[in-house]
Amino acid sequence: MNPLIQCSHVDFGYENQDAVVDVTMDVNPGEYVCIVGENGSGKSTLMKGLLGLLKPTGGVISVSDELRRSGIGYLPQQTAAQKDFPATVREVVLSGCLSRRGNWPFYSGNEKKLAVKNMERLGIIGIAGKCYRELSGGQQQRTLIARALCATDKLLIMDEPITGLDPSAIAEFYEIIRKLNREEGVAILMVSHDVATVVKEADKILHLKREVLFYGTTKEYLKSNAGYIYTGGA
Amino acid sequence: MELLREMLSYPFLVRALAGGILVSLCASLLGVSLVLKRYSMIGDGLSHVSFGALSFAVAFGWSPLRVSVPVVVVAAFFLLRIRSNGKMKSDAAIAMISAVALAAGIIVTSMTTGMTTDVSSYMFGSILAMSKEDVRLSVILSVLVLGLFLICYNKIFAVTFDENFARATGVNVSWYNVLIAVLTAVTIVLGMRMMGAMLISSLIIFPSLTSMRVFKSFRGVVISSGILSVVCFVIGMMASYRYSTPAGASVVMVNLAAFLIFSAADYVVRMNRADKKVGHGLAGKEE
Repeated sequence: MNPLIQCSHVDFGYENQDAVVDVTMDVNPGEYVCIVGENGSGKSTLMKGLLGLLKPTGGVISVSDELRRSGIGYLPQQTAAQKDFPATVREVVLSGCLSRRGNWPFYSGNEKKLAVKNMERLGIIGIAGKCYRELSGGQQQRTLIARALCATDKLLIMDEPITGLDPSAIAEFYEIIRKLNREEGVAILMVSHDVATVVKEADKILHLKREVLFYGTTKEYLKSNAGYIYTGGA
Repeated sequence: MELLREMLSYPFLVRALAGGILVSLCASLLGVSLVLKRYSMIGDGLSHVSFGALSFAVAFGWSPLRVSVPVVVVAAFFLLRIRSNGKMKSDAAIAMISAVALAAGIIVTSMTTGMTTDVSSYMFGSILAMSKEDVRLSVILSVLVLGLFLICYNKIFAVTFDENFARATGVNVSWYNVLIAVLTAVTIVLGMRMMGAMLISSLIIFPSLTSMRVFKSFRGVVISSGILSVVCFVIGMMASYRYSTPAGASVVMVNLAAFLIFSAADYVVRMNRADKKVGHGLAGKEE
């Protein structure tokens, strides 16, 4: 099986400063990969690069044909503007189908069905007509996941997804992601601070500190030096 | 109604109404996106640039619209670039540019023609300013703006709600930002003759702010803004005719009234809901 995303010796930089140096990694279909590291270690930069929002200064990123067609399902950090945005859950989820339309300006019945299917998948069909800004943090998160799944259900990329969620919403979130990954084969790529949970959930870990400190399976990570220090020997 | 019929018997008022309704409609639709993207100030900045450009045009005897449309479109590009470069805070940059454009306009005016009624009408608006050619141009451009907005509606929603997601799914975000800026620029130049440089940005921000008080969906806000802007404009013009107040200022005041009414309606609805929750013993669960 071909990898969905493959990086070989990729560098990123801003104005002559290297933010990320020499990253080699890949995400295969159905995998659960986490990028961990401290603040300022280049995690978010690398992720922007994988999404195609930032051009690498060196190396090659290759994206599978299938993903290139559909675009990448992405769960961004919330912006302040979204907190009071007047839009219904249905409208937000449907906007994930945009890349399926090409240049045709309106949605067809197929996209609407897909949006309904994904809302059912995440258990938010009951609040489809509700206003996004009136939802709880967990419900907003699920809305955005449903939107990302409308773009593609091959790969979901997430940027610090648990920021600002309360503990019960966090537990629920990990459960949803686990279910999508194990039962429906959605590959997951997550940037996270939450190492303690990540080592229980993910198949592969990339530990970043400007360069790659560790890249491999979670089991190996726990035995490795970097992993031992970072997880406190968990 | 009697009043409206009387007004329609004057050809210049018919022109002003026709041009004004179309421009208000465009402004309110674009305004929804601009307000939500925190771009409200861009409208204000562009209107000052437009004033500067018009002053130059009057001073040198050029056709006002033909000079200011391209200048303001260029300014719109420029303001967006500042925003995406991020070296300077964009609100500061906009404030600076609008002051400079205003100053340049005033200097050119005082050196050549002096403060004529023409220039003062650009500042504060005048319904007499609409010539037949202006109206024709307004109609063509407004239809263009409306058409593009309708065709790009879904993409505009995606870009407004979440630029990064839209970009990751392959939408050409910068293109749509430029499109919105250009359409805004054109709308501002057209509306400025009537509303005046000082007041035109109200046509952009008021209807969407008002609609957001009550409506919960993007589509609802867009439709309500469109309707509100036209209704407020017509009422404002009628008030202006009846009480001989300046047209632009009257329209702004009617918009303010609408905003207050919608806010009050929202407040009443919330209170009712809160009361019901108390009734069911759920008061503790309110946020």
